[in-house]
Amino acid sequence: MFNYTLRRLLTVIPTLLVLIVFSFYLMRLAPGGPFTSEKPLPPAVMQNVLERYGMDQPLYVQLWTYIKNIVFHFDFGPSFAQKDRTVNDVIAQGFPVTLTYGFWSAVFVLVLGIPLGIVAALRHNSIWDYTMTGLAIFSQIFPNFVLAPILVLLFTLSWGLLPGGGWNGGQWEYIVMPAIALGTSYMAGVARLTRGSMLEVLNAPFILTARAKGLPERVIIWRHALKPALLPTLTYMGPVFVYMITGSVFIDVFFSTGGIGQDFIDGAYSRDYSMLLGLAILYSLLTFALNLMLDLLYAWIDPKVRSSL
Amino acid sequence: MTDARKRLNSRDFADTVAEEMIVSRSFWADARRRFLGHRLAVFSVFMLLALVLFALFGHAFARWSFEEIDWNVLGRIKTEGAPSLDNGHWFGVDELGRDLYARVVQGTRTSLMVGFVAGPLAVLLGATLGALAGYFGGRLDQIITGFYTIWISIPYIIFFVVWQAFFGRSLTQMIIVIIIVNWTAGLLIVRGQVMMLKHREFVDAARMLGMSDLAIIFKHLAPNILWVIVIYTSIVIPEVIMAESLVSFLGVGIQEPNTSWGALISEGARTMTFGTLWQLAFPAAFFVIAQVSLYYIGDGLRDALDPKDRR
Amino acid sequence: MSLLSVENLQIRFRTGDGLVHAVNDVSFDIAEGQKLALVGESGSGKSQIALAIMGLLAKNAEVAGKVRFDGRDLLSLPASQLNALRAAQIALIFQDPMSSLNPYMTIERQLGEVVELHEGASRAEARKRALEVMEAVRIPDARNRLRAYPHEFSGGMRQRIVIAMALICRPRLILADEPTTALDVTVQAQIMALLDEIQRDLGTAVLLITHDLGVVAGFCDDTMVLYGGRVMEAAPTPAIFDAPGHPYTRGLLRAVPRITDGDVTLSAIPGSPPNQTAAPRACPFAPRCVDAIPACHEMLPDFREGRACIRPVEELT
Repeated sequence: MFNYTLRRLLTVIPTLLVLIVFSFYLMRLAPGGPFTSEKPLPPAVMQNVLERYGMDQPLYVQLWTYIKNIVFHFDFGPSFAQKDRTVNDVIAQGFPVTLTYGFWSAVFVLVLGIPLGIVAALRHNSIWDYTMTGLAIFSQIFPNFVLAPILVLLFTLSWGLLPGGGWNGGQWEYIVMPAIALGTSYMAGVARLTRGSMLEVLNAPFILTARAKGLPERVIIWRHALKPALLPTLTYMGPVFVYMITGSVFIDVFFSTGGIGQDFIDGAYSRDYSMLLGLAILYSLLTFALNLMLDLLYAWIDPKVRSSL
Repeated sequence: MTDARKRLNSRDFADTVAEEMIVSRSFWADARRRFLGHRLAVFSVFMLLALVLFALFGHAFARWSFEEIDWNVLGRIKTEGAPSLDNGHWFGVDELGRDLYARVVQGTRTSLMVGFVAGPLAVLLGATLGALAGYFGGRLDQIITGFYTIWISIPYIIFFVVWQAFFGRSLTQMIIVIIIVNWTAGLLIVRGQVMMLKHREFVDAARMLGMSDLAIIFKHLAPNILWVIVIYTSIVIPEVIMAESLVSFLGVGIQEPNTSWGALISEGARTMTFGTLWQLAFPAAFFVIAQVSLYYIGDGLRDALDPKDRR
Repeated sequence: MSLLSVENLQIRFRTGDGLVHAVNDVSFDIAEGQKLALVGESGSGKSQIALAIMGLLAKNAEVAGKVRFDGRDLLSLPASQLNALRAAQIALIFQDPMSSLNPYMTIERQLGEVVELHEGASRAEARKRALEVMEAVRIPDARNRLRAYPHEFSGGMRQRIVIAMALICRPRLILADEPTTALDVTVQAQIMALLDEIQRDLGTAVLLITHDLGVVAGFCDDTMVLYGGRVMEAAPTPAIFDAPGHPYTRGLLRAVPRITDGDVTLSAIPGSPPNQTAAPRACPFAPRCVDAIPACHEMLPDFREGRACIRPVEELT
C-alpha cells in the first residue's frame, strides 16, 4: 500500500512536467504578451519591464528558473498583470474559497446522490424509481451554466432567499447556491449509477446466499450489498472531480465568489503567464490528490485490488 | 487442393470471413429496427433535424441581421425589446438592441457546427490512436496510454482557456482546440476492442494473405468496431457542445459579433436582473432541447448497437 | 412423519413471453436423514424447487401447492419466521462457489454471521465456530485463513467453504443445488465424499439437485427424475439404475458415457427441452420420446406406481 502510494506520487512529476512545458511554450510562442497594449511602451521602458520579470532571457532559461523556484522555494512568481500581487498571494486568497464550496458540493453530490440511487433501486419499478430516474436524466442534461442563472432567478430575484453572489467570509448563505449549481448534474449521475449498480448487485448470487442465511433485508443491504454497489460510484467520482474543477471556474466567475477561477480567466484575458501557469499547476495537483484519494479508498474497500497493490 | 488454397488466398475470402465475424449484414439492419423501435430516440432525431433546418434556413425568416442594432428599441429594451410580431423581433432583442432571433439562428449554427464537426473528428482521432495502440501493443501502446492517463487527469478547462486566450477565438480555432482537448475520446474502448479482435481468425487470414497492418486495421477491424465508434460519437457530440458553451459563457469562446448558445446564455444570465428574461429563456431552451435530443439519440443508439444492452 | 413434504407444488413465472410453467404438480417427501436426488436437465425446474422451499424465488414467480417442513407450511410463513428457519434448519448449497460467496467480506465474517444471527453468538464464539466448521470441511491451515477473502481460495476450497456455511448451524435439511457442477472432476469426487461423510456424521437429510446421474449413484437413497417441470419417475436409486421405468430415465442413463467391450457408447437424447409457456396438455417428453404412441401427444399421463408414462414398462425399448 505504501509502495503503491509512493509510486503514484512519483507519477505526478511527469504529468506536471508535461503540463508546464506544454503550457509554457504554448503561451510564449503565441503572439502578444502581458505588456502589449494599444499604446506600445517606449523600447527602453519595455526593456526594463522585461528584465524585471526575467523575460529577456532565452525561453528555456526562463522555464528552468520557473521550475526551480517552484521546487525549491514553492514560489510561483509575481503576477504579470495584477500589480504587487504574487501568484502565491492569489492562491492563498482564492483557493480556500474554491475549496470550501467545492467540498460542500462534493458532500451534496454524495450524501444526496447515493441514498437516492439506493432508494430507487430498492423500490425498483415503483413511482419513486421512475421519478428519480426521470429527474436524474433531466438534471444531467442541465449543465451548471444553465442551472446557475435559473437558481439565481428563483432564489435571489424572485424569492429573495439567498444572495446571488459574493462570498462574505464563507457564510453558509453564500455557499448554498454555488455548491448546488456545481454539483447537481453529478449528483444525478451518482444517483443513476448507484441505482444501476445496486440493482446489479442485488441480483448477484452472493446476495441470494445472504438471503438463504436468513439475514434480514436491512442487514443484506448494509452488510452485503452496499460496498460492492458503491465501487462503480467511486470509480465515477474520478472524472466527476475533474469536471467539478472545470465547473468551479464557471462558478467562481458567475457567483463572484473570489475563488481562483476568476483569476484564471482574468489571467487568460491579460496574458498573465505566471498566473495561468501557477493556477493550472494548482488545478492539476488538486485533481491528482483527489484521484489518489479515490484509488486508496477503492483499494481499502476491494480486497482483490488491495492484495494486488 | 490447389483450388481450396486459391480460394483461401483470395481477398474475397478474407473479406467474407471478416464480414461473417461480427458485422453480419443483418447487424446494421437489426440495429436500425431496434433504433426505430425506440420512440423517444426517433422523436429526438426529428427534433434535431428541426434544429439543423433552423440553423440552415432560419435566417430566411429573420427581419434583422444578427449584428444590426435596432436603434428604435435601444435604451428601452425592457419595455420595447420583448418578443414581438409587430417589429419583427420574434425572440425580442438583446442587450445591445440586436435581433435575438437572428442571433439564436447564428448561435445554433455555431454550436451545432462545433458539435458535429469537432465531435466526430475528435473521436476519429482517438479511435485511430486507440486502434494503433491496441493493434501494435508494446512500446507504442505504452506511450499512447501513458499520455492518455496524463491527459485525462488534467481538467480540460485549463488547456481550453489557455489556448483560446492566446490563439484567438474564431470558429476554426474553437474546432481545433476541441479536437485537441478531446483526442482521448473513445481511445480506450477502441483499443480494448481491437485487442480483442486482433486474435480472431479473419485477422490471421488477412495477415497470411500478406495484407499490411494498416490495411488490416482499416479494412477488416474498422467495420467491426464501427458500432463502438458510433456510440461514442453520440456521447461526445453533446459533451463538445456543452464544453463550447461553457467556455463561450466564460467569455473565452467565440468572438463577437458571432455567437453561440453558451455566449447567448451568458448574456441572458447577465441581464436577467433587468427583467429581460427572454434573453436567457430562448437560448437556454434551444440548448436544452438539443441536449435532450442528443441524449435520447445516444440512448437509442446504445440500445440498438451495444450487445451488452440488448435484451 | 416426514421432515419435508412437498405437495402438488406449482411454480410459474410471469415473463415478457407470457406465463412460464416451470414446475408442475411436483410432490415428494423427505424423512429425517434421508437423501433424495432430484435429477433433470437444465431448465427442468429443479433449482426452482429448492428456491421455492427456501422462499427465495424471484419476484415474478407464482407458487401454488404445499411445502411442509416439520409440520409448518413454508409457503404461508411470514418473512421473519422464514428467516429464522433459513440456514438454522434448512440450508442451501449453491451451484457456483465462485459467485455465491461475497467477495468483499472475510470468510470468518461470512461464516460467523450465520451463528451470530441464529444462535445469538458473540463475535469470539462465532469465530470459534467458523474455525471448527472450516476444519470439519478440511480446509488446510484454517486458523490462518479465517481472515482471508474468497478470491484467495481455489474453486474446490470455496465450495468447501460454501458447504461449511451450510453446516455451521447443523441444519436438519440441506438442499444442495448442483454442488459439484462448477468443479473439476477430481475435485467433484472429493466434495461428494465430504458431503457423504458429513451427512453420515450429522444425520442431516439432503435434497441433492443435479443433472448428473453419476453423482447420484453413490450418494442418494432415492431418486426423482424431472422433465419439463414434471416428475417422470421416482424410485429407490438402485431401481432407477437397474430397471428404469420411464423412457426419459432410460435416455438419461444412455447419455452417461460408459465403456462396453472397449467401445465408448454415448447416446444423446435427440431434441431439446420443451417450451413451457403453455400449460401442458400432453406428456412433455413425447416429442423426444422413442416410445411415444399417438396417445402420448394427447393426454397427460398420471403419476402412478412411481412413473408418469402411459405405456407399460415391458413395452419400452
